[in-house]
Amino acid sequence: MRDTVFKIEENKRIARDVYEMLLKGDASDIKAPGQFINIKLDGFYLRRPISVCDWKNDEIRIIYKVVGEGTKYMSELSRGDELLVLTALGNGYSTETLLNIIKNEPATRVVLAGGGVGVPPLYGLAKRLSELGVKPDVVLGFNSAEDVFYKEEFEALGLSVKISTMDGSMGVKGVVTDVMKDEKGEPLYDYVFTCGPEPMLKAVYNAVGDGQFSFEARMACGFGACMGCSCKTKYGNKRICKDGPVLYREEIIW
Amino acid sequence: MVVPDISTELSGIRLDNPVIPASGTFGFGKEFAELYDINILGSISVKGTTREPRFGNPQPRIAECPMGLINSVGLQNPGIKEVVEKELPELCEIYKKPVIANISGFSVDEYVECAEAVDKVENVGIIEVNVSCPNVHAGGMAFGTSADNIAKVTKAVKAVAKKPVYIKLSPNVTDITEMAKAAESEGADGLSLINTLMGMRIDIMRRRPVIANKMGGFSGPAILPVAVRMVYQVSKAVKIPVIGMGGVSSARDVIEMMMAGASAVQVGAANLTDPWACKKIIEELPKECERLHIEKLSDIIGCIE
Repeated sequence: MRDTVFKIEENKRIARDVYEMLLKGDASDIKAPGQFINIKLDGFYLRRPISVCDWKNDEIRIIYKVVGEGTKYMSELSRGDELLVLTALGNGYSTETLLNIIKNEPATRVVLAGGGVGVPPLYGLAKRLSELGVKPDVVLGFNSAEDVFYKEEFEALGLSVKISTMDGSMGVKGVVTDVMKDEKGEPLYDYVFTCGPEPMLKAVYNAVGDGQFSFEARMACGFGACMGCSCKTKYGNKRICKDGPVLYREEIIW
Repeated sequence: MVVPDISTELSGIRLDNPVIPASGTFGFGKEFAELYDINILGSISVKGTTREPRFGNPQPRIAECPMGLINSVGLQNPGIKEVVEKELPELCEIYKKPVIANISGFSVDEYVECAEAVDKVENVGIIEVNVSCPNVHAGGMAFGTSADNIAKVTKAVKAVAKKPVYIKLSPNVTDITEMAKAAESEGADGLSLINTLMGMRIDIMRRRPVIANKMGGFSGPAILPVAVRMVYQVSKAVKIPVIGMGGVSSARDVIEMMMAGASAVQVGAANLTDPWACKKIIEELPKECERLHIEKLSDIIGCIE
């Protein structure tokens, strides 16, 4: 974890209320997809925890939705503005765990399932899995066609992307789990990496037998000090910010 | 000018500097030890401990406020047994100075049991008795808002503890000096104040409280003036030392708190927004003393008439 000044390279709207921001600065301590950053904003006491969509040694890409005053302020920032950012927070997804499973079960069918602003961390993961030779399917759920983002970016990685929307304005009408089973209702996948709102995570939990689930929580510190985001797991109490945000399916207690 | 002396003292324990992370904002030091050498700290007030392990309150537990936050963690802790057998010894490995053990309870007996247990731990220098947690029902603050109860808890804990006992007071009272005097009269060695102020936020879109428990403890720079006022009032009303806290975020705030009457100062919420906050304050203190022509920081304690 480091606290570093980043410079905004780009900050643009990519879907309804959804913005993509490219930050330039030292991101070399980020170790895994699914980790997050915590951004200090002028005039706001608490930082804003946002998942990393993608990163290089000298840049971080985030995608965030305007849901309150803080994210509204972020959406109004311009190229050249500077932000103080705590980097490399949380555990992130473990690609190694999946590789070990594939070693034993080469036929393992892998899917990335994202809902709304839960989609971004799956992009960084998809990129790294592709580099490791794993080509998962991608299922993305949104409310409506105007909320959809990053479909093409996932496709550009050579992955099959299925979209579900609640109103049916794009892809299959329904939720992500509706595109995770075949015509007979049989599950299409054995292992899932997922991120999204809790009701979606719960549905995905019931649809796939194994995987890694990234949770969202209201945080104060973001690095394990305040116990603001604690949850119960089968392996004891965990802090979403420090011991998570990614939990293994086997340890989750709903 | 000579290098300013920023050391201070609490009940015969010399502190290299007055800066102490406040209970509940610093865990047992591990997360911060990864970031800087925590041995620079004057002391550490560790996470509040109860007799039984506690998960704490439901989510969400945090609400943002202008210049602060409300928390409703609800004393999540692993229980006194694990704190004494694991957490405090582990802290001893990474922090070589006496620490402040913060204990809480739901009955006088529970306070006594926790005090007896931490009193035996070598690296505990001071026992801080939290009678003021706003986030647990029928305990914590229930003791802290009644002078009679404060007297009872203080008397019972003093009867078993060999180490100095500091009572941590709630600001959610009509007259905090009454609470302070009640603790002093039963033999408290010192006082810590203030705990958080009771607060509440409402999500006006969803028409419900932001925090699951509805209310919580408000802390951060917004409460500094309240804390300075209460430290001033209490230090004038009692003879025992006061540890001042509430919104302290800079070396200047530390100096202000000491001028109001604090012998040492705890830093709470600031650790959560800047994990290096205590380190920065300690590094800034000598420079700020020089600017203000303070040769010996302890000389300014309670200098405001």
